[in-house]
Amino acid sequence: MSEVVKVGMADLNVAKPPQKIRTSGLGSCVGVVLYDETIKVCGMAHVMLPNSSLGKTETMNKAKYADTALVVLLDKLKKMGANHVRLKAKLAGGSQMFKFSSSSEMMRIGPRNVEAVKEKLKELRIRVVSEDVGGTSGRTIEFDPETSKLSIRTVSQGVSEI
Amino acid sequence: MSFINRIQPEHLDILKEVGNIGAGHAATALSKLLNKTIDMKVPAVRVTSFDTITELVGGSDNVVAAIFLRIEGEAPGNMFFMLPVNEATRLIQYLTGDQSFDLNHPPYSELGLSALQELGNILAGSYLSAFSDFTKLNLQPSVPALSIDMAIAILSYGLLELSQVGDYAIVIDTEILEKIDENSKKTTGHFFLLPDPDSYEKIFQALGVPMNE
Repeated sequence: MSEVVKVGMADLNVAKPPQKIRTSGLGSCVGVVLYDETIKVCGMAHVMLPNSSLGKTETMNKAKYADTALVVLLDKLKKMGANHVRLKAKLAGGSQMFKFSSSSEMMRIGPRNVEAVKEKLKELRIRVVSEDVGGTSGRTIEFDPETSKLSIRTVSQGVSEI
Repeated sequence: MSFINRIQPEHLDILKEVGNIGAGHAATALSKLLNKTIDMKVPAVRVTSFDTITELVGGSDNVVAAIFLRIEGEAPGNMFFMLPVNEATRLIQYLTGDQSFDLNHPPYSELGLSALQELGNILAGSYLSAFSDFTKLNLQPSVPALSIDMAIAILSYGLLELSQVGDYAIVIDTEILEKIDENSKKTTGHFFLLPDPDSYEKIFQALGVPMNE
């Protein structure tokens, strides 16, 4: 049995083989995986909100926001020996689980999270290899740094790999 | 200073009472609708961090049918009524008389989903109007939205407002049960009430136990 590193909501972590890394129940949240295929290390963040300027607290959980989480994750991976130029990204989540007629900005948070993650990745010059975002379903994702495959499970469509 | 730190035990008791009154009315409504005895458990008011909230909804892979209402008015917040899929299936079969309806196998019939949404609307509406009467606060529910998916993915929607001010949520959780016979009961579902951060002050004020600065 290989060990699975779990990433909670508004949380991030890193893993290397034989470990896998998983986060459950992504709704409007976005799961971002950064990985270095050559030395087989990876990191995952479960991002809840697009921008740290939305935060109203003095003590900030950096893993919660797209802009700050990616910087922390990048830093952790570099400490494990990952090379910035080799890093690639895969992402999943950002769905809109509920449809409201009076759709407020807060309800559109899924797409906004995806946009924010992509923008930050672009700024950090990390290429997005594949993604499964949007839609109306919740997702549970698991990344295997050995194969660089991200498996995505939804209630209605079962398991797929990207 | 975070509002969570200013909440005293008596405030949690007040929230428990809100859950008690709200779910009590909803249980009565359901009981009339089904013509069956519906019981409820003492509400649990939990202060949980986001990483442990998964436990509250039965683990990360638990699939539920959920009705979500946004509460608008003087004390805005989010409200969920979550039922296990099998229980929702059974209720809808009973209400519509359509035995082929099954939430385990999509696609679902429009009529069944509509009935489930209406059921949620009635129950959440009676919860909310009791809450509103009790506190004398003006509250209106949004049109309910329905989703059949992972419980935690659904609940995370209710945490968005809270997530901007901290990493903790106060969840008012009330379970309602159907009485099968003298000795056995079966869970019907859970109500989760998640007031927005600014609403606590108003709820406590309305009930005469303001928070200290």
